[in-house]
Parts: sequence; C-alpha cells; structure tokens
Amino acid sequence: MSVDTATVKRVAHLARIAVTDEDAERMTGELNAILGFVEQLNEVDVAGVEPMTSVTPMAMRQRTDLVTDGGKADDIVANAPASEENFFLVPKVVE
Amino acid sequence: MTELTKLTISAARDRLRAREFSALELTDAYLGAIDAANPTFNAYVAVTHDKARAMAAASDERLGKGEAGALEGIPLGIKDLFATEGVHTQAASHILDGFKPRYESTVTANLWADGAVMLGKLNMDEFAMGSSNETSYYGAVTNPWRANGSNKKLVPGGSSGGSAAAVSAWLCAGATATDTGGSIRQPAAFTGTVGIKPTYGRVSRWGVVAFASSLDQAGPIARDVRDAAILLKSMASVDQKDTTSVDLAIPDYEAAIGKSVKGMKVGIPREYRVDGMPQEIETLWQKGIAWLKEAGAEIVEISLPHTKYALPAYYIVAPAEASSNLARYDGVRYGLRVPGKDIADMYEQTRAAGFGREVKRRIMIGTYVLSAGYYDAYYLQAQKVRTLIKKDFEDVFAAGVDVILTPATPSAAFGVADEEMAADPVKMYLNDIFTVTVNMAGLPGISVPAGLDERGLPLGLQLIGRPFDEETLFQTAHVIEQAAGRFEPAKWW
Repeated sequence: MSVDTATVKRVAHLARIAVTDEDAERMTGELNAILGFVEQLNEVDVAGVEPMTSVTPMAMRQRTDLVTDGGKADDIVANAPASEENFFLVPKVVE
Repeated sequence: MTELTKLTISAARDRLRAREFSALELTDAYLGAIDAANPTFNAYVAVTHDKARAMAAASDERLGKGEAGALEGIPLGIKDLFATEGVHTQAASHILDGFKPRYESTVTANLWADGAVMLGKLNMDEFAMGSSNETSYYGAVTNPWRANGSNKKLVPGGSSGGSAAAVSAWLCAGATATDTGGSIRQPAAFTGTVGIKPTYGRVSRWGVVAFASSLDQAGPIARDVRDAAILLKSMASVDQKDTTSVDLAIPDYEAAIGKSVKGMKVGIPREYRVDGMPQEIETLWQKGIAWLKEAGAEIVEISLPHTKYALPAYYIVAPAEASSNLARYDGVRYGLRVPGKDIADMYEQTRAAGFGREVKRRIMIGTYVLSAGYYDAYYLQAQKVRTLIKKDFEDVFAAGVDVILTPATPSAAFGVADEEMAADPVKMYLNDIFTVTVNMAGLPGISVPAGLDERGLPLGLQLIGRPFDEETLFQTAHVIEQAAGRFEPAKWW
C-alpha cells in the first residue's frame, strides 16, 4: 500500500499537525519508503496467532478505589502557557 | 583533580567511604570537566551546578555520619526524558519548551534516595526517536571517539547519545538512559561503554516521558559492567505508580559479577548473520564466542526464525503507540503554544512548530496505521508477528539456552550529518536491527565493549537473557569484559 499527498494531508489533520504543500509532498515520499519497508510483514503466516497485548504475562494490577492524591491544582497548571485561577486558558471554542 | 573523574563508580564509592576525598570534591571535578568540555560535545542540555553541590554537601554529611547509601556522592547525568522536579525536562523537544515538572520520576527518586548527585540533564534524540542523537532540538552530540588519524565528527548513537558521550568523555560517573528499540545498547556500543536494557517491567516508567509504552524501558549506561550492575540495582524498583512494574524482588546484581560461566549454554542465532554485515563485526562475534568457550561455556547454534520481521513490526507498533502518547502535546497544559485562528488551528500550529521532522514522521505513520480501514492490515498484523518473535525466544530458552550472544550493532559509529542516513529514514532504522527484537519480546539485553574496528572505533557485543535474568547478563558480560579489556577514547579535547 502507498499513500498520495491528499492522504498525507488528511492524516496530518487527524494528527493535528499543520503541513504546507511542500511538507506534504516530502512526507509522501518518506511515508511510502517506510510503508514499503513494513510491507514484508505480509509474508508471515499468522494463521491462528494471537496478537500480543502484553509482553510479560501479567494481570493488570488493581488498587483499592481510594483517593490517594489530590489538592494539587497549582502544580497542575504551573507549566501551562496560559492559565487563570487554576483553569487552563484556550481560544474560544463555542461561538 | 581531573583524575577523580576517571574513577569507576565502584572505585569512587570505596574511596568516598574511606574519606580519601569528599563528595563535593568529586562533584566539583565533574562540574569543571563539564564546563570545559560540554561546548565540544553538547552532551548536557542543562547543568545543575547549585543542585549538584548541595546534593554533594548532603552526601558528605551522611558519609560523615556513616549513613552512606549505595550511591552516596556519585555524580550522575540524567537523560532529558526523566522528570526531575524543578529542572529542565523536555525530551530534547521544542514542544516542551520551558517545562519544569513539579514531580520526580521514580527512577531518579530511587537514585537520589541512594545518595547519588545530579549533574544535569543529558541530550538525546527528540522524544527518544533516533539512532544518532541528531533529531534533538538542541543539536547533535559529538562522540568522544574519532577514527585513527581523523578529525571527523562522529555520532554517539541514539537515542541516549548524550548519556553515552558523557559517560565515555568522563563528564559523569554513570548516566540514566532509556531503550525502546536499542537506544541504550547502540550508543553504548558506539562509545565503548556498557549499557543494559532490563526486562520490561523491571524498572518503573513513571515520570519517564512516554514514547512507545509497551517497549520503553529505562536502564543505565556505565564505564564497566560492575558499574552498570550497581546503577541498575538502584534504578529498579517495584512501583505502584506503574501498573506494568513487576512485583519481584531486586537481586544484588553486583554479586553476579565474577561468577564462572562454566557449563552455561550460549546460543548463537544464525539469523543475526545479515547480508552486507562488515567482516569485522563477524570477526568480533567469533572472538566473543571463543572467549566464552574458553571460559567453559557451551556454544550452541540456534534459530530465531522471525528475526528479520522485528524491525518492520517495530516500525508499526512504536509509531502507533507514539502517535497516541504524543497526542497530549497540544499547547494547552504545558510547553510551547503557537496561536491560531481557532483552537484546532492552535493545536495544529503548535504541533507543527514544536515537533521535529522525525517525530512528525513517526506520528504520521502511527496515525495512518491506526486509522480506519488500516488497523487490521498493519497494527494487528504487527502485533501477531510480535507474538511470533517472542515465541522464537521462548522456544530457545525452553530448549535450555541460558543466554544469547549477538553483535550489538551492524557497524561502528558513523559521521555526523551522514548523507545516506539523512536521505533514507529506513537506513537509519537499520542501526537497530540486532537490538529491536529484544524490545519486541520484552527481554533484557546488555551491550558490552568487545574490541575496536580497523579505524580504532569501539564495537560492542550484545547478550540477551531470559525474562528477569539480568544477573546472567552481568555475569556473562563481565567474562567478555575481562577477556576484551576496557576501551577509552584518546583525549583530544
């Protein structure tokens, strides 16, 4: 499978990365090189093989449903590019 | 005082306890070396002079009271991927511009609890995506090694290139690093240092900036095998904050060093003899085989039939996980924000300006392989192949093999701004051909220096072990180290 420039632009939008026509053109070549490289996986017979979901056989650890942390609003917004009274500020979302 | 920086961790540890010099003297020796040499190497992206001295002074106090921890007063460099409270933590990316976490990663917290001193944050490939340290927002790192009679700048490997270069150039006693596809072992091989990627789940990932969560694992880069064992013992822990952290006691890795490998079964996988592999890599591998044989190990040829599919499967799984993990960088909660005409445009402009080319490329691949209509063809297929890769190893270990010996990399260090690598991303990816299988199977792997190529550049051998059997890796790597000797760059800076 290979991608065209229109697909690259669509994927870039899905990934929320702005691309110029020139970027999209260059990325098309790069992505096709990588997709060409991974194509060889189709040679592998995977009939009856389960996809890996965990590299070490383990049950997901669960903990008691208790509040163990919190009261850190100041810490959480400390690195925000814009915040006010412990809220993250973003451009207007609803007209 | 410069000779202080030449000491291994084990030697410095003993001499600090004997009060032959103070922790502050040792730290000052390193800070002096960094200030003098970092402009040459670009290994550190932030040097924490004041914090280092304060930590060293506190170590001196504990040493005086006889309360020394396992790493008391040992100055370490920390890869920029580890969250360090109040200190530069940007994964060498522009998108985390100015980020200073309000918390400490579990790994670094463990090191400080054992008395280690932080010298600063180390350069790396952006978000650990790269094999040459050239994708860093902060620029390339220079390898302390140069070919005989040449002034050409070589890469230290990646993504933990700053860690490997700093250890090799005596700019820290040891360093933290991370390995998703070879990012500890390949730079260790390129710089004549020892690097171990532990079993998945051995070291907590909490507070380590995520790249590909099912593959990422932190480990140390050190000057010798013993130092790597000492560092791993401190870095490893059972951590409630990481649900994939495994509840197993941490052995005394250092105690494994010096044990004989007599009777040990060492597997030599025939699939690691790849087309176009330089003769000197083959020669090095044969030397390693001979050393282990002389030490009493039994050498057996083994087959890992799905080896060639590990790298293509990796280049689906890792970008897919990365595209999901890196979705959080949106210009809202931390780091860079570039204004846009609306919120969606703000996201797109921020991510366009904040991520470098390689990171964007991988996010794009990941987004594509996970997108509607392609998930089964790419991601599901790759995860099935991954099951087969892991089964290859399980079969070999079930047949009685204790450890597997392979080359660490298909070549020695290459030049900064290598044109062929720059022109073809797949060529750069092939650097990880021998290391990536280990991440795909979640196994431990160590890279140990084993010789020099004909140009005088270091080459490494890799040992792969059973899950959670890092002890056998240290034990076997030490036998190779004893036979090969240690390798240090000629000091030209």
